[in-house]
Amino acid sequence: MSKKIVIVGGGPAGTIVANLLTKKLKKEEASVTVIDKTGRHVYEPGLLYVTLSDQDPKGIVKDEKDILNKKVRLIVDEATKIDTKRKMVEMKSGNRFDYDYLIIATGARLCPEEVPGLKEAAYHFYTVDEALKLKDALEKFDKGKIVIGVGGVPYKCPPAPAEIACFLDYKLRKRKTRDKVEIHYLSPLPRIFPIESVDPIVNKIFEKEGIKYTTFFNVESVDPKRKEVHSLEGETIGYDLLILIPPHRGSKVIEDSGLGDRGGWVPTDRYTLKVKGYDDVYAIGDATDLPISKSGAAAHYEAKVVANNIASEIKGIESRDKYNGKVVCLCDAGNKAIYMIILQSPLVPDGSIVC
Amino acid sequence: MSEEPKVDRLIDARNTFCPGPLMELIRAIKEAKVGEVIGVLSSDTGSKRDIPLWTSKAGHKLIGIYEKAGYAEIVVQKIK
Repeated sequence: MSKKIVIVGGGPAGTIVANLLTKKLKKEEASVTVIDKTGRHVYEPGLLYVTLSDQDPKGIVKDEKDILNKKVRLIVDEATKIDTKRKMVEMKSGNRFDYDYLIIATGARLCPEEVPGLKEAAYHFYTVDEALKLKDALEKFDKGKIVIGVGGVPYKCPPAPAEIACFLDYKLRKRKTRDKVEIHYLSPLPRIFPIESVDPIVNKIFEKEGIKYTTFFNVESVDPKRKEVHSLEGETIGYDLLILIPPHRGSKVIEDSGLGDRGGWVPTDRYTLKVKGYDDVYAIGDATDLPISKSGAAAHYEAKVVANNIASEIKGIESRDKYNGKVVCLCDAGNKAIYMIILQSPLVPDGSIVC
Repeated sequence: MSEEPKVDRLIDARNTFCPGPLMELIRAIKEAKVGEVIGVLSSDTGSKRDIPLWTSKAGHKLIGIYEKAGYAEIVVQKIK
């Protein structure tokens, strides 16, 4: 009998795993359903270019149905509850979908309200609307201090804040206003870049371009009246324009279904990508609690493992793949000679970084 | 070596580099209640330098660093 595979979330993780499954499995072997609350797919790495370049937002937003394999059934509706006992997903519309295999690809949720003052004071570029607001503010900004940082950890795409600092430097130099604008970067870590072996490269750019920075600065609150950011380490930094990535949590449906940890992230086996305690529920992409970067690249490699393993199980093939923690990350500093960093961070023992 | 303390939450950040064991600890400390004890497993030798530095700067308590085969368990208590 044909198995029902239900995927909650149509971001990179959900889309890739759905397309792979329909390639591997025949109609009589399985049906593949993707549930997505917007039906729109945003290519989030493009948001940096919406903010600081001439990227038209229309070019990075597509209809989810256009990028899914035609054999995938797309349901545009919000999943409100995952009932693992009854093997069922409940929707806002009242509809329900039962499953034989469930893949949680619900991503991360931006929660600016978790840092007092952040929502009213800070810009960011993690959604199309916010990227356009920041673009507008930066175009009007010709003198003063721009402070860039993150409102909490974990957050999507760990290099992105350092990327925008470098890109902004480049943009201001082109506009010939760099000498009137101070760029100050706040890092939660003892260095600028999350990966120690890559940090000297980024540090060199910061030093050369005169981008100031403060390390060990984990944002605790923002005072919009005094235009100050306070850290939980006890420091205060003033700003004229503030760019702070909002704190992230797991999706609301995960929290409402009691499937998340304290941050709403799904406890996931790092090798099988099965949700801990379940044999028929998987989690991939930003939704997991895995200690790797929350990025489309991680989701891409995880999706391959899950698609292979579910297809093998349905076909009665014994071999199973393991996720090895692979992530590839490209960083664009916006220099004339654009630099890129490619890295892999394997979870497997004896892993090494390739730069 | 003294007996290892009981932890309220154990984070396995072995063989991870991005965002890395310290970031995982900062996340856990933010989510923890005052008094809770967090253990971080790290195979990154830099963690033995970075985690105590951050713990001291942020005003939390480093309970100990316990060497294991190929990794260390670093235990921190949330103080405030």
